[in-house]
Amino acid sequence: MKGWEWLIRRVLVVMAFSSLSLLALIALFIFAGGVPILAEVGVEQFLLGTRWAPTRGHYGILPMIAGSLWVTGGALVLGVPIALACAIYLSEIASEPVGRLIKPALELLAGIPSVVYGFLGLVILVPLIRVLLGGPGFSVLAASCVLAVMILPTVTSVSYDALRAVPATYREGSLALGATRWQTIRMSVLPAARSGILAGIILGMGRAIGETMAVIMVAGNATLIPVSPLDPVRTLTSNIALELGYAAGKHREALFATGVVLFLIIMGLNLVAEAVAGRGRSR
Amino acid sequence: MKGTWRRDVILLSRRRDRIMVGVLTGSAVLAVGVLVIIVGYVLWQGLPVLTPTFLLEAPEKMGRAGGIFPTIVGTVVLTAGAVLVAAPLGVATAIYLAEYAHQGRTVALIRFGTESLAGIPSIIFGVFGFLFFVIYLDMGWSILSGALTLAGMILPTIIRTAEEAMLAVPREYREVSYSLGGSRWQTITRVVLPNALPGILTGIMLGVGRSVGETAAVIFTAGASLRVPHSLFDPVRTMSVHFYLLAREGISMRNAYGTAAVLVLSVLAVNFVAYYLMHRHLARLRGAGR
Repeated sequence: MKGWEWLIRRVLVVMAFSSLSLLALIALFIFAGGVPILAEVGVEQFLLGTRWAPTRGHYGILPMIAGSLWVTGGALVLGVPIALACAIYLSEIASEPVGRLIKPALELLAGIPSVVYGFLGLVILVPLIRVLLGGPGFSVLAASCVLAVMILPTVTSVSYDALRAVPATYREGSLALGATRWQTIRMSVLPAARSGILAGIILGMGRAIGETMAVIMVAGNATLIPVSPLDPVRTLTSNIALELGYAAGKHREALFATGVVLFLIIMGLNLVAEAVAGRGRSR
Repeated sequence: MKGTWRRDVILLSRRRDRIMVGVLTGSAVLAVGVLVIIVGYVLWQGLPVLTPTFLLEAPEKMGRAGGIFPTIVGTVVLTAGAVLVAAPLGVATAIYLAEYAHQGRTVALIRFGTESLAGIPSIIFGVFGFLFFVIYLDMGWSILSGALTLAGMILPTIIRTAEEAMLAVPREYREVSYSLGGSRWQTITRVVLPNALPGILTGIMLGVGRSVGETAAVIFTAGASLRVPHSLFDPVRTMSVHFYLLAREGISMRNAYGTAAVLVLSVLAVNFVAYYLMHRHLARLRGAGR
């Protein structure tokens, strides 16, 4: 019996390391795929080059880095206020039955496939932007709007958990001093939940940077650095997905190298989110 | 004079309170409204296309006509494969985290791996699956490559949900088992797992939902073949990939809407079941814990 229990424990540990091993394997293969071209072109040339013409030997991904930043920034500006407001509403204002209706609805929103978001952006948002604001319609703005909706459930649910974790005594103390609900939310609940909310925003940012299919369908995918929200744009993720199907040789390696950059950005964000959330827990 | 000043301040903050509560409520209504619009629009456009023949016939002319049967087969097979691989690994990890080790360096490492993996974008999984399964292990564009890639993607969800479900089982349950002479493994298999089962199923259903809706990780690993597969080494096209190709290349908007309707309905159904299981489960355990 004793030996049996010992064996089970060993087997479980080995299986439990599957996610970490997979992470290491992903890092290994992406780096192995992308590093040769990085060494050949030079990291600086690759990151700061403004011309992407891989079939003619130009491997600059600055337009795509700028594109990812634009689109993600736009998604945060549009999505975070609404997501936060939803979280505050659910945690501080909604009655029990109303909350029980809205929370699952938001979770269903998270389950809708990204291609569906992209498609609706394509048939509704893109023509709308083209008619109302001019330009091709395929734009930073269209991608940001689609991403804003897509990160809404993530940011809302993490922020909601952070707000719920604030002890009721904080609210009671504030209300007992004669503060209104909004004053209580703004001055005692939100500051106490700050680090959890920040972690939620960073997670949403990671989702926005990593999203691919929805962005491809509405962003226009031009390899130029956008100067206005109405300009078409190509992100790091789109760059990979658009060309991996037919690329070969160095062109293909350059796409793997784009993956390396994306991987590093995401891991950096993960670490920041973890640190922020950890700081919140320890307080 | 002082009294009126104070009254003004109070009136002002009350008015501001009403405005802000209104704004917050409006935001929640907006978010739910977006969901209703998305689902409503897809079903409004797509439901008329859905007929038994659309579901049961093979596509013709690259999807311009005919049905989507092979893509339904592709989706089901890939998803089943992903779950068959990810569920045992995920549940084992959750058992280890919830029942054996609660802290220490090993646990910190495992958690780091799980959390990081959860944040990896699906296109990175796609690139990895392409490099590792398709090229390095020479599996080609196949069900096997696609399912293994998807398994890695849904693993963190299954781990997290299963661990939560096991931690929600009251400690007294375990103590009773130990006091009757049960070993740790007996306690886990006969007391903890049966009671955590609905929660574990929730995680698996969420994984199914993600697999069904995934495109970027699948298109470079499972391929886009429209034939019905005969072995694990055959390429397949899932509904999501089919929908993406139809819509993006403008092959057929009518069939794109039809595919989208099937996709949205199946994902919503799967997620609804997941949500329902979790809540019934938690409510029951909370009742038992008292």
